[in-house]
Amino acid sequence: MSTRLRVGVFVLLVAVVAAATAWYALAEHQSFEQTRGRDPQVAQVPGAQTISGPRVVFRHSGLDNRYGLVAMVPLADPTGPRAFTDVPCDRVAASELGASCLVVQPGVVTRFEAHELSPDWQVAQTYPLPGVPSRTRLSPDGALVATTSFVTGHSYMSVGFSTATVVRETGGGRSWGNLEKFDLVLDGEQVEPVDRNVWGVTFRDDRRFYATVGTGGRVWLVEGDLETRTLTSVAADGECPSLSPDGSRLAFKVDVDPGEGRQWSLAVLDLATGRRTELGDGPRGVDDQVAWLDDETLLYGLPRADQPGVNDVWSIPVRPGAEPELFIQEAWSPTVVRPGSPS
Amino acid sequence: MYLTLRDRPASAPPDQPDQPDSSVAAPPRRVGRVVLTLGLVSLLTDISSESVSAILPLYLTAVVGLSTVAYGFVDGLNQGVSALVRLGGGWLADRTDRPKWVAFAGYALSAVARVFLLFAGGAASVSAVVAADRVGKGIRTAPRDSMISSATPTEHLGRAFGVHRMLDTIGAALGPLIAFGILVLIPDGFSVVLAVSLAFAVIGVALLGLLASDQRARPRPEDGPAPEPLRWSDLAEPRLRPLLLVSGGLALLTVGDGFLYLALLDRGGFAASWFPMLFVGTNIAYLALAVPVGRLADRVGRARVLVAGHLVLAAAYLCACLPGSTWTSTLGTLALLGAFYAATDGVTAALAGRLVPLRARGSGIAAAQTVVALARMGSSFGFGLLWLALGSSAALLLVAGLLVAAVLVAATQLGRLGLDRVVS
Repeated sequence: MSTRLRVGVFVLLVAVVAAATAWYALAEHQSFEQTRGRDPQVAQVPGAQTISGPRVVFRHSGLDNRYGLVAMVPLADPTGPRAFTDVPCDRVAASELGASCLVVQPGVVTRFEAHELSPDWQVAQTYPLPGVPSRTRLSPDGALVATTSFVTGHSYMSVGFSTATVVRETGGGRSWGNLEKFDLVLDGEQVEPVDRNVWGVTFRDDRRFYATVGTGGRVWLVEGDLETRTLTSVAADGECPSLSPDGSRLAFKVDVDPGEGRQWSLAVLDLATGRRTELGDGPRGVDDQVAWLDDETLLYGLPRADQPGVNDVWSIPVRPGAEPELFIQEAWSPTVVRPGSPS
Repeated sequence: MYLTLRDRPASAPPDQPDQPDSSVAAPPRRVGRVVLTLGLVSLLTDISSESVSAILPLYLTAVVGLSTVAYGFVDGLNQGVSALVRLGGGWLADRTDRPKWVAFAGYALSAVARVFLLFAGGAASVSAVVAADRVGKGIRTAPRDSMISSATPTEHLGRAFGVHRMLDTIGAALGPLIAFGILVLIPDGFSVVLAVSLAFAVIGVALLGLLASDQRARPRPEDGPAPEPLRWSDLAEPRLRPLLLVSGGLALLTVGDGFLYLALLDRGGFAASWFPMLFVGTNIAYLALAVPVGRLADRVGRARVLVAGHLVLAAAYLCACLPGSTWTSTLGTLALLGAFYAATDGVTAALAGRLVPLRARGSGIAAAQTVVALARMGSSFGFGLLWLALGSSAALLLVAGLLVAAVLVAATQLGRLGLDRVVS
């Protein structure tokens, strides 16, 4: 080929590739406008009315004009009409006294933020997060909030993966800072690994909580104490704990295929006896911090394989070999709110 | 692209390949067309790969639904793979004496990996695609650097690598901007980012395949004896050994950037939300300094600049531990770190390519880069333990002290590094 011919071929190729990409981008933009313009397929509570009784608060994930907004359904009728707020959250946790909401604000420099929301869904406090939002939980009385985000770098000179988990008082009060700075006791021994990461907090009260510590390729469930600033291991090989409403058990994720791939399943630990129950072949692939629907049932979000961006909330009874059931479709990040009793 | 097409002086016949350094007669151009073309190929490819890396954590967590823990695992895969493949790429380039087509295969593999990324759903498939991308990067790096080396007269080699690395880094900086620009216009447009990334990769591969001349290390005689084949003993070339020793030894005292950033974060000089910007800061410094430091290397000697670059690194460690205004010391650390990369990255390749016979150029460059990469991996592991034992500041001070001592020792070896004399 002569140079002229090669230049010609190159210019032609650039034109074809640019045109094809532009066409694809326009088509995607159009389909985005179309799907995001339509109303949700699920029934809606009319008007801007919210639900005040026992309820499940979650992130709506239907591809429609309410995508990403916090919504809620009555606990007694989870498939019934849902009420929408106008607050977008990637992760949400709610209590009777407000909510914690983690959001991604895309931009040329993408920002990640934690918002504290008042009971009428107004932003009361805003904190910057160091990376992609992962988990958030409130203490039973709503006085404390925990947030986990992923500190992600740039791959050109990569540092791999790291979490930042912070506990603070709601309403702009005291912060305990990154839980990595707490004293760490694993299997009865005080250790100070440099590669430790903490994530997935669940509160017992306004002093004690449970969380995950990862170091040296292993993960532990730990009990934390805000007053003594300690994390003490409770069990190995489990992550993202969630304390049952009666306070007796922890539900968490386990990697049932350790090694190369990660294949998550769920398990429950009885804190008094140390007995561990694996939920069999139930929810493979779950990658959410579970929530307790009641003392016998867990809730968790699962992405749809065939519809990117859409998740459903499933429920599963706490017993070996239990079968999961679809609980709320087009939903993610569920919290059960029971007015009058600690959630 | 404008530059590439117009760079050649009008008088030169368009089809004649650039002259290898051994037969430079006319006043040499400062930076050859091949170097600019390869720089643009790298720019396009880096836009492609960095636009995906920038959104990968968001994409995997928000769309694919993986936890970022799984993403950390995917990311960890990348590190080890490329060092070994790089040796293979360099060897193949020498063995066949077709560095362009070996590099082409590496770029093409990464481009094909992007097609699959569009359809990859789970952690396993994403890991496979990311690994394929890194293998492609490993294959192409040494043959590409060997082409730059062959296309450039020795006296301008530092500048040529500086220009290449500058273009490469511009691509790395543009990639994330383009990706997030798309996401602002189309909020769930992850597939559009992947498609745009694929488009840049394809154009980069086409630019290399169609418009870069097939720059060979050895002159091709029209008739006469076949060129000497590559011999393994070329890699044991006594002139290469001091370079491997010196750069490998210094790399053993090179702490991973991540640790340095975490040390800065530890001192509380800035909010954690600024953390990702530290990488950008280092890139900007590298970008600005790659060409001037390359030119300096041409003037005062590449071995000197390579060794002195590690003094700059020691200064960066000191700066990260300095008491006083943490904002200033943060910016100072990033600037020094960028200067260190400018003084070592391209300069190592430029040196290695000249210390081995022509037929082993790719392998020589690959060997030097691999030694540095492996030594740095080992050093990061060791530094983790040191950090644990001493705390971040004391550990950094200790490494800075050792590094200064090592630089003094290495300086005595400068003479044996050949000081840029041309081989054959």
